[in-house]
Amino acid sequence: MVEGVATLPQPRPLLRLKAIAKAFGPVKALRGVSLDVFPGQVHALIGENGAGKSTLMKVLSGAHDPDVGTVELDGQPLVLANPSSARQAGIAMIYQELTLAPHLTVEENITLGLERSRFGLVQSQSGKVAEALDLLGREDIAPGQKVQSLTIARQQVVEIARAIVSDARIVIMDEPTSSLSEEDKQALFRVIRNLREKGMAVIYISHFLDEIDEIADRYTVLRDGESVGEGMVAESTIESLVEQMIGRKLKDMYPRPSHELGKVVATARDIGGRPLPQGVGFELREGEILGVFGLVGAGRTELARCLFGLDEVQAGTLELRGDAPLNLSDIHPVQALRCSLDYLSENRKDEGLAQNLSIRDNITLSAIRKTSRCGFLKLREEDGTAAKWVDKLGVRCSSAGQPVRALSGGNQQKVAIARMLHHDSQILIMDEPTRGIDVGSKHEIYELIHDLAAQGKSILVISSYLPELTGICHTLAVMHRGARSEVRAVDTWSDREVIRFATTGKTTGSAA
Amino acid sequence: MTKLPLPGSNWKSLLLPFIGLVFVFGLFTALIAAFEPDNLGSFLSSRNAKTIITQTVIVGIGALGMTMVITSGGIDLSAGSQIALASVVCAMTLNAFADGDPATIGTFGMIVATLAAMATGAVTGAFNGGVSCFLKIPPFIVTLGTMMIARGAAEGIAKQSQVRTPSNTLQTFMERNPDPEWMIFAPGVWITIVLLVIVAVTMRYTVLGRYIYALGSNESTARLCGVPVTRYRILIYTLCGTLLGISGVMSYAFLSSGDPTTAVAKELDIIAAVVIGGGSLSGGQGSPIGSIAGALIMTLLVSGCSMLNVPDYSQKIIIGFIIIGAVAVDTWKTRRQAS
Repeated sequence: MVEGVATLPQPRPLLRLKAIAKAFGPVKALRGVSLDVFPGQVHALIGENGAGKSTLMKVLSGAHDPDVGTVELDGQPLVLANPSSARQAGIAMIYQELTLAPHLTVEENITLGLERSRFGLVQSQSGKVAEALDLLGREDIAPGQKVQSLTIARQQVVEIARAIVSDARIVIMDEPTSSLSEEDKQALFRVIRNLREKGMAVIYISHFLDEIDEIADRYTVLRDGESVGEGMVAESTIESLVEQMIGRKLKDMYPRPSHELGKVVATARDIGGRPLPQGVGFELREGEILGVFGLVGAGRTELARCLFGLDEVQAGTLELRGDAPLNLSDIHPVQALRCSLDYLSENRKDEGLAQNLSIRDNITLSAIRKTSRCGFLKLREEDGTAAKWVDKLGVRCSSAGQPVRALSGGNQQKVAIARMLHHDSQILIMDEPTRGIDVGSKHEIYELIHDLAAQGKSILVISSYLPELTGICHTLAVMHRGARSEVRAVDTWSDREVIRFATTGKTTGSAA
Repeated sequence: MTKLPLPGSNWKSLLLPFIGLVFVFGLFTALIAAFEPDNLGSFLSSRNAKTIITQTVIVGIGALGMTMVITSGGIDLSAGSQIALASVVCAMTLNAFADGDPATIGTFGMIVATLAAMATGAVTGAFNGGVSCFLKIPPFIVTLGTMMIARGAAEGIAKQSQVRTPSNTLQTFMERNPDPEWMIFAPGVWITIVLLVIVAVTMRYTVLGRYIYALGSNESTARLCGVPVTRYRILIYTLCGTLLGISGVMSYAFLSSGDPTTAVAKELDIIAAVVIGGGSLSGGQGSPIGSIAGALIMTLLVSGCSMLNVPDYSQKIIIGFIIIGAVAVDTWKTRRQAS
């Protein structure tokens, strides 16, 4: 047992993967991954989507059996035949989607499956639970509270506490901050640092390199199923990590807009939802890319959903190209699409795409009239259309008939964008267009957004990642608790001002 | 241009129900040869094949409608009751057109009776879809309610007895040996085949079909893509009801009377046929031809069991297990896809 370990590299790794390979039919998902994880360290696993991160994690959690290669724990060979053997070996996974029972209390969740009973009655293990929460520095979470009343961030802590109580030594976190606000993220990082101090090893998977810079000690870069680089985070720059990930020099992540803006094509006024947003409006010009920044709970997604008629709207109007203003309370996606609006959902998996349908069916779904006549599909034309978009956007797939679920995140997003392009609306609302996708695809999507704007489309980009907004937008607005800041040219905003408005609702520290 | 597979219908999954059909047939042939060799001849006779095919008509037509509903992510538990109600409506409409002494019914009367039965199903289906969409009640619950409502309505308008009619041509639609002989199969069988083609074409080659798959695969995506979700859901249940109405006419033809107590628990046979045929209760998958194969398997089971002299109650137990088994396979498939 390792006690009181410093953050220095240990001579012997706690977990060692040697030349792991795994193929699914002809697809080689992993072709030789080696990974040394040391106790008391946070080990970042980075790589583009499709690089093999999730397959590797499935090997580690016992869901997949590797074809070649060995796993060693404490120098002993380890066979991970199934998920429970991984758990017994002390490997705990914290998934993106939390796996807690909402109706049970914090304590019941933490001890689920580890109950001690006497004469058939469950004995309280509140001591152990409190100890775990204490260790994580989150004594503020009451063991008796029901999990459903906790925020996502706190539920995550409960999951981590469960890992501690079950004596896990290696905690794997898959994109743990994807749905957290800045504040919650910092709280999670404190928890991770506590785990590190306890001598546990944390494998941290994230797309956010700035996070890795902040929290991780070591890193391993995966590319095309191989580990292509590793080292200490402190000794490398974000730029060098990006280069290793994509295997080429990335000159300019964000293409700068150069075209002129046209006349105003859309004016939204006083949009009020239930309960967010509160009386928000904006103007959008031809060729404009308007960025909307906000933290989780700021109401930016709600704004988009109100505009597209997906959420209940209390008030608000939308004036398009000088036509009579539409009342947003009776807008519906059917009409919105007809009015040349389109929405890219932030949630690809549950809303954006029908995962079991083919790439083709997903692309043509919103504009099925273009490839049908009198209710009959023109399948040949559909195939041609799908093949064209797959080719144009570089969707990596075996054919357009493949179900979308078989694609990586970046490629799925390209399919969702292809649907927008095929429908060809004038006003595009893109909600987190690069969420959960790799750096290479991100760059391609930024360029796509640019091309669209240059063709005269008006684009509203919503994001919680500020660098991309300041990178690609003409104008920027910030939201805070359902209200928005003024809309200004992006160059006139400083990062500090944006964050201040997003966290306080004020642009300047002293005034108002 | 390479041809792309159509949604939910690659040829392998299409073939599977037929392999199942051949397997069940082979199994029963072996069992009967082993235990009831005297019955083997009649089991393998063309007469029995015709009986099985004719008896598949009622469940088969219902399964075609149910395929659309299940593929779109819904369910219709009122199918059996709808068949009974439609058969009663059919018989009563025929009686309204009975003319002369001894009474006869003309072609016009039979057409009107058929349309009335279809309309009854359509209205019931629209009710199912509408209530489920507008009151936001899961279709499982709504159609469970309709199961009682439609059954009660059938008993009510039939005054709790069979509705007898003067003999007419409609009654010959389910005769095993049709007249003229060159038809080989009963008119009901041919009607089923025509309906199968219509439903299969609808699901593969029309916008409606695409929307059925899209709704079942992910309703949120469908909404986002501008599919008028409510309208299409109601339409799908209405079409299912219409097909159940035709099923009701076949039920009338089979019994030569409108029977409010017929087709009890038939919805289970119908749902089982769809699931055996490759439909998924979680939506997004379903194949009309597979469902017909599934319906044939169900009839074959009943026929095989009676040839084996398996008592009626055991048949029920076997069918119950088969339904659970089919759903278990479906769940397993869905889980495997998800991972």
